Amino acid sequence: MQKIHKILIGIAFSPNLKPNLFEAIRIANMFNAELIGVHVGEKTAQKEADLNQVISEADRLHVPLKTIWQQGKPVAVILKTAAVENVDLLILGALQKENLLKYYVGSIARKITRKVGCSILLLIKPSIERQACKHIVVNGLKDKNTAETIRTSVLFCTHLLCKKMTIVEEISQSELQVQVDDDKSLRRATIAKERLKNREDQRINTILKGIPCDHITIKTQSIFGRRGYSIGHYAKVKRADLLIMNAPRKLGLLDRIFPHDIEYILSELPTDVLIVK
Amino acid sequence: MLKKNPFKTFLGEIPQNLFSGFVVSLIALPLGLGLALASGAPPISGIIAAIVGGIVVSLLGGSKVTITGPGNGLVVVILSAITILGEGNAYQGYLFTLAAIVISGILLIILGFLRMGALGDFFPSSAIQGMLAAIGIGIFAKQIHVMFGNLNAKGSIIELLIQIPEGIIHFVSTSEKSAFYAGLIGIISLLIMVFYSKIRNRYFQLIPAPMWIVVLSVGLYYYFELFTTAAYPIDTSLLIDLPNDVFGSFAFPDFGKIYELEFIGAVISITLIASIESLLSIKAVDKLDPLKRRSNINKDIRALGLATVISGFLGGLNVVTVIARSSVNVNNKGSNRSANFFHALFLVAFILLFATELRKIPLAALAAILVFTGYKLAAPENIKKVFKIGSEQLLIFIATLLVTISTSLILGILVGIIITFVIHVIINKNGVLFFKNILKPNVLMFTEEGKYYVSVKNFSSFLNYTKLKSKLDQIPETKEAIVDFSLCDFVDHSVMENMNNYSETFERKGGHFEVIGLDDAKPGSAHPFALRKILPKQMSPKEGVLTKRQKYIQKISEEMQYSYDAFSDLKIEELPSFGYFKTRKLDKISNVLTKNDCTIFDVQFSEGEMIAKQVIKATMFHIQTQNKLPKFTLDKEGVFEYLLHFAGYKDIEINAHPDFNKRFYLSGKNEEKIRAFFTDELILFLESNKQYHIEATNTGLLILSKERLASVNEIKALAYFGAGLQKIIEKC
Repeated sequence: MQKIHKILIGIAFSPNLKPNLFEAIRIANMFNAELIGVHVGEKTAQKEADLNQVISEADRLHVPLKTIWQQGKPVAVILKTAAVENVDLLILGALQKENLLKYYVGSIARKITRKVGCSILLLIKPSIERQACKHIVVNGLKDKNTAETIRTSVLFCTHLLCKKMTIVEEISQSELQVQVDDDKSLRRATIAKERLKNREDQRINTILKGIPCDHITIKTQSIFGRRGYSIGHYAKVKRADLLIMNAPRKLGLLDRIFPHDIEYILSELPTDVLIVK
Repeated sequence: MLKKNPFKTFLGEIPQNLFSGFVVSLIALPLGLGLALASGAPPISGIIAAIVGGIVVSLLGGSKVTITGPGNGLVVVILSAITILGEGNAYQGYLFTLAAIVISGILLIILGFLRMGALGDFFPSSAIQGMLAAIGIGIFAKQIHVMFGNLNAKGSIIELLIQIPEGIIHFVSTSEKSAFYAGLIGIISLLIMVFYSKIRNRYFQLIPAPMWIVVLSVGLYYYFELFTTAAYPIDTSLLIDLPNDVFGSFAFPDFGKIYELEFIGAVISITLIASIESLLSIKAVDKLDPLKRRSNINKDIRALGLATVISGFLGGLNVVTVIARSSVNVNNKGSNRSANFFHALFLVAFILLFATELRKIPLAALAAILVFTGYKLAAPENIKKVFKIGSEQLLIFIATLLVTISTSLILGILVGIIITFVIHVIINKNGVLFFKNILKPNVLMFTEEGKYYVSVKNFSSFLNYTKLKSKLDQIPETKEAIVDFSLCDFVDHSVMENMNNYSETFERKGGHFEVIGLDDAKPGSAHPFALRKILPKQMSPKEGVLTKRQKYIQKISEEMQYSYDAFSDLKIEELPSFGYFKTRKLDKISNVLTKNDCTIFDVQFSEGEMIAKQVIKATMFHIQTQNKLPKFTLDKEGVFEYLLHFAGYKDIEINAHPDFNKRFYLSGKNEEKIRAFFTDELILFLESNKQYHIEATNTGLLILSKERLASVNEIKALAYFGAGLQKIIEKC
């Protein structure tokens, strides 16, 4: 099972500094992990004072904070630090669209997301007060990484004291192989769907068998729709607090032009998102 | 449920379909001739289309009770194609147009295979409405001159409209006997069309209005021929021209202009209209199907395409699904595709047997039928309806209409689409919303505890409606569905209208369809929001001044100790389950009188859909019974019933009551139970009172006398009869 020992957070001296740090500290404490803050830029007395001020207001860290000050390009620095320090989880803040209740991942964060070797947690609304995490939605794609993702999800559930988890099986429409035209084909399609749903449920249940998860209510939900997109939509509809996804295999140029899977989610974050690597 | 052998059912239903096909062919004959004439093609081409359509689509189609043949919408396109392609030579233009028809048929087949047959789903509904109205005006403008006996009116649609007053003056003051008589027949025919639905006499209604016109005008000819010395006053140039050897001389399409721009334009408009008209008709007829089946639209479009190709090669017009004839088919208990097939066979028989008689029909008589159809397509009520939805819809409607009649149909619908989109952008003050999200999959559907939940994101309009539709079509209509628009910034009128249709279909089939998430419009926005408004369920005034009749009813309600509510929003759940309402659509109920389990009410319902729609109001009496009843229908015995006997219906005879058997027509499935239910006392009661039409479901009785609103005295009589009947039945 995946363990989280080291968490990395980028520190930028923006109005969001305080909520971001508070959230990171809380998560670090929940996992009993070491928090590493990296600031890309010059180290000044003023910045240091500001940082210490914020930390003094936050909960006390179980393991003391380690700060790294380094100059360079943000993407390169953070990627390098993550690799050198061998971190398990990287926390990034998302941006909010002007006037709209929509969140997206900025260009720097997006580059990091694509290249980094560890898991990433994207926060859409970090807050100073703790907001309990009540419902986690996890993808249950038919993929070799899915078992690992589900295991990680259970770990998160346990540490975040979350009681409810839904594993979403996205089944693409083409797998159905029945087109609905009239009553007869509708009946056939409904039966075919039921069968696919049972098959998917069974697959997930096999994965769950090996994981101790009696303390969590786990539901499965199958959705017929476009991969990546429908799970985000579902998480939003269900007002989930955290969405956990597999890391994408490899993203080429084409994937950015014709967005799919994770790209959908990055361009419009439905909630906090954890990408498991 | 008992599973029946489908072949046996089919055989058993042949008589009723034969009958229905016959009635439909009575309309199809004059309409086919008329539509062809109005299109500027030889009259026989309309009949060819109906015959080929009836045979091909009944064998290969995907719908159940639709009738196919030449359609109204095509009149305008075909006419302009013949005029433009012919460059003055009408017959040559007709041959070029036949080629365009063949190609458009091939296009339809391809669209059907690509599952894109439903072109209408891609267009905003107000634009389609505007286009249909424009077609109506086009038909009206041209045919009204023919109706007045003037074949020579020429010009664009607008010019023809301006010429109407002149035409009337010319008709009144003309010294030309032939034209005057033709015009007279035209006007009488129009009056028959207008007042036909008002005369609710079953024997009169047995023959459809267009056939009355044919019968009367042919009758008139023979009157002159046989009983008077005067010659028939109408000149042969004003009579229908059929070839001598009707099925011996088919025209063959001329593919000579196939690469010319005008030809391609004609093909596109023919295909567009054929698809839109068929789609609208198929959807509307599905709502009327008593067996509540769902049509396979793409399969039907493919069959229509094939029929169009064949028809084009034989010199016929193109084949579409037609609403008026399909409605008649449903009303005459057509139950499967064989009715369409029989209608084609009857047409063949008519043409072969009565060609001489058909040549006596004045063109003015047929023009009157078309004038009426054109008027119905462009009726002011339609404009009012659009306006009610919102002033911006009226703008779209009017713009599409004006552009269509002044230029061409393709340009018209394009303008409609563009205006709709621009209005959407203006209303939202946001074009990015549309451009960014148009390609994204915006619909999520999943099942939860047996319910289907559908969530729609970003925006939902005609631009991306097919995405929503493809999901909704996967839900069995007997289930419960919830559509949530709360994540949507904008929902347009086309989508709302379709949601309303789904909601009706689900209700009909016993499911439930609900739209949520539209309750809160954004504050500070003064949008005229028909676009995202809540579904109108019943549009009845909640308060109002009582009419004289209502005041009387109020008075007698006190006398009879009924409670009265003029603007009731009462819903009698059971009503749609009565056989009477199987093919009729309930609109609303008003003037409700209630006592115990009895309800007297005025009900407004409609027969047919779209242009064939007739709104009817009637007074009925409903009893909620305590005991379980056998299902039956009781009616006055008459000629009509003999016809039904002939068509394979059965009258249940009650032993030892010959008088009752003679006067009443009783039918129902479970004969034994019905016989047991009709006790001597009940029969005596029925015999000694006025005869009403009575229908029973397991838990209720429906009584009505005439298909119109009852006078106050009739209400009294109805109440008295109903109360007596209730007493006897509760004793049983």
